[in-house]
Amino acid sequence: MSEIRELEAAGLLRWMWRQLTSMRTALLLLLLLGLASIPGSIFPQRSQNPMKVQQYFSANPTLAHWMDKFQLFSVYGSPWFAAIYILLFISLIGCVLPRTFDHLKKIGAKPPLTPKFLEKMEAFTVVEGVGSLDTAEKWLKRHRFRVRRESTSISAEKGYSRETGNLLFHLSLILILLAVAVGGLLGSRGEAIVNVGERFVNTPTSYDNLSFGKFQKEGSLVPFALTIKNFKATYNITTNAPSDYVLTVAAENPAGSTANTQVIRVNKPLTYGSTKIYLQANGYSPVVTVKDKTGKITFQGPVVFLPQDANLTSTGAIKLPDMNPQIGFVGSFVPTYDRSATRGAFSVFPEALDPRLLLSAWQGNLGLDSGNPQSVYRLDTSKMTKLGLKQLAVGQSYDFGEGSITFDGWKSWVNLQIVDDPGKMYALLGAILAVLGLMVSLFTRQRRIWVKIDPTGKALQVAGLAKNGTPGLDEEVAQLVAALLNTGSEG
Amino acid sequence: MTSTTYAYLSNNLIYSAMAVYTIAFFAHAIEVSFSVHNVEVAAGADTDNSATKFDFSRTQRSGRIGTAMMTLGFLLLFAGVIARGLSAHRVPWGNMYEFSITGALAFSGAYLYALAKYKLRWLGLPVAIAVLLTLGTAITVLYRPSAPLVPALKSTWLAIHVSAAIASGGVFLLANCVAATYLILDRMESKGARKVWAQRLPSLETLDQLAYRLVAFVFPLWTFAVIAGAIWAESAWGRYWSWDPKETWAFITWVAYAAYLHARVTIGWRGRRAAWLCLFAGSTFLFNYVWVNIWGSGLHTYSGL
Ligand code: HEM
Repeated sequence: MSEIRELEAAGLLRWMWRQLTSMRTALLLLLLLGLASIPGSIFPQRSQNPMKVQQYFSANPTLAHWMDKFQLFSVYGSPWFAAIYILLFISLIGCVLPRTFDHLKKIGAKPPLTPKFLEKMEAFTVVEGVGSLDTAEKWLKRHRFRVRRESTSISAEKGYSRETGNLLFHLSLILILLAVAVGGLLGSRGEAIVNVGERFVNTPTSYDNLSFGKFQKEGSLVPFALTIKNFKATYNITTNAPSDYVLTVAAENPAGSTANTQVIRVNKPLTYGSTKIYLQANGYSPVVTVKDKTGKITFQGPVVFLPQDANLTSTGAIKLPDMNPQIGFVGSFVPTYDRSATRGAFSVFPEALDPRLLLSAWQGNLGLDSGNPQSVYRLDTSKMTKLGLKQLAVGQSYDFGEGSITFDGWKSWVNLQIVDDPGKMYALLGAILAVLGLMVSLFTRQRRIWVKIDPTGKALQVAGLAKNGTPGLDEEVAQLVAALLNTGSEG
Repeated sequence: MTSTTYAYLSNNLIYSAMAVYTIAFFAHAIEVSFSVHNVEVAAGADTDNSATKFDFSRTQRSGRIGTAMMTLGFLLLFAGVIARGLSAHRVPWGNMYEFSITGALAFSGAYLYALAKYKLRWLGLPVAIAVLLTLGTAITVLYRPSAPLVPALKSTWLAIHVSAAIASGGVFLLANCVAATYLILDRMESKGARKVWAQRLPSLETLDQLAYRLVAFVFPLWTFAVIAGAIWAESAWGRYWSWDPKETWAFITWVAYAAYLHARVTIGWRGRRAAWLCLFAGSTFLFNYVWVNIWGSGLHTYSGL
């Protein structure tokens, strides 16, 4: 009884395996994978644009809530997306591995026997009483056919590399998928904003955000340190578009060793093993000095502001929790100042040619102890009262009653993206092999040609078979026939 | 010459190419329409297709003029694209205007290449229309003054990636034209005999094979284009694949054509179903080009619009 059930279970499993690795299922999964990646290109994705996802939620709370249940805001990390590609992956392995073994066994094997009746084959021709099988064999070998010679016939085949290329392609896809998995599980990726003049040490606490792969240890970060020496942005004078960014750093690896100067550009990251350091974004940090009523300095230094438009009008917040009462500023930094009646102050060029700092001063509770995490770039003014508003040029000060703030100058900041992806090289290798395999597979013509002594003994039958309907068989058979006729007329 | 002279030269070359393609269009239109003529029919005889005849000896010359103009147009367009590159001191594919003129170049190049290998002159009419539409939209809606690239686009891989993508696109669109012709003719044949104007077009089987061959020919190139894009993304953004909408749709196109090849080679789909799948795959490419470039958001926002 239980034996039968076991048999049934085994049969069912085998049936399922056969279904999964069948070509129809693979095709369906392939199309499904394509369809499944569509929503991620239409709805905002958390991994790319968390702000937009937020906006979606505030615009359509119930809809967004339901969409979120189906992971429509993180499609590419969702279980249902993973389910499709894992099934495809299994299908691929189940389909390709057995074929690989089959193919390996066939190395050096002879072509299959000549079929009984050639009449039904393509390009069937009868060559009257002339050339011999020897001539045919010679011709076929010269044209790199594998030849199987029997007493009254020859069976020849060419183009085995088509299957080799095909298998190489599919095996390379498996390699790419594995490489992606390795990168995700053993890699890390993080970002840090660093002002010019500051030093960045590669430890988790130096990052603004950092994500680790599931199996990567925190101590595994490369122990380098970078000091930002200089950052130069060049802009096109007519279009205002950036034309070049050059970041110069003093790099120590490991931190504390002698520094050497390195240049990082967009498209030219700094590399330490599988870790790369990219220049990802840049902006301005106005430098300010804040004094209290007694004239004591309570804050001095650069404050990172975030760019809001192509001309780098930037906004940010300066928070002074230690002053009593607490003071905060909402700020706007304009690198090249202009002013209009409708827009107020705005920037006309991204370089800091004529900078201004616009500040509104607030007094009250900064809300830093409320327990809710707060953005350092925004001031929560809900529990504060406004003291005043002032526009400053470099060197000018603003006395806001409880103290004064001076606009000392500005610094550039750069956003470094630091990525460790140990799977990357394997993915590249897989990609190269995939293209090679594909080309071999798609451009190789696979075909068979048979030559057989006619039952009458007075003629040769020639025929062929082109796999996948590749063209050129007729011509090749015609050439062979011509070769046969040639020797016939000579001998 | 200065950048501005090159930019003007480029614009004038593009305008000239459009003029020449217009002539090509008329030549092909004349070739098709005037080769039909009605044989004098005795009163009372059937007025079915056999009463109308196609006589191509009458329009041979027009067809040849059409091909000559398609070639000349291609050369002018080629020069226009090169001049555009010289004016900006870089490869001429930095914004959507430039993608479009280069894409039109690739498309008409693919047509001429296929014309040399197969009897494809009948495709001249739709190809001329498509090129004219592309260039027209490009120069009126998408035009942007010639300018240098933003830093992220300064990469050799950009040149490689985009040229491979544009070339593949040209051939994909040609395959779409062929598949669409297949479907139209198939419909016509299923209702009876072909209409007169369609009698000269190749057999359904030839069209079916041709579409497959075009796809099989460029699929490796497209695969390479996607990979080159990934290499570029890795050096510019620090991530070789980030599911940006543009990347996602490039992937969808790739998967769709892979499905097409599988359907044909391993399951043996032919004819109508294969043609629909081919059209579907080609439209994912177009969708990526039009929709994602203009309305999509993402890292790939270089259309300049
Ligand atoms: C990401 C997924 C896949 C892609 C992009 C892909 C792509 C391709 C391509 C381009 C070909 C060449 C077609 C030709 O020879 O003209 C091919 C052939 C083939 N594929 Fe796939 N494939 C994928 C997945 C699979 C899976 C899952 C299976 C197995 C279940 C499979 C089995 C085959 C077989 C057996 C052939 C050989 C066809 C023949 O020459 O007879 N493929 N594939």
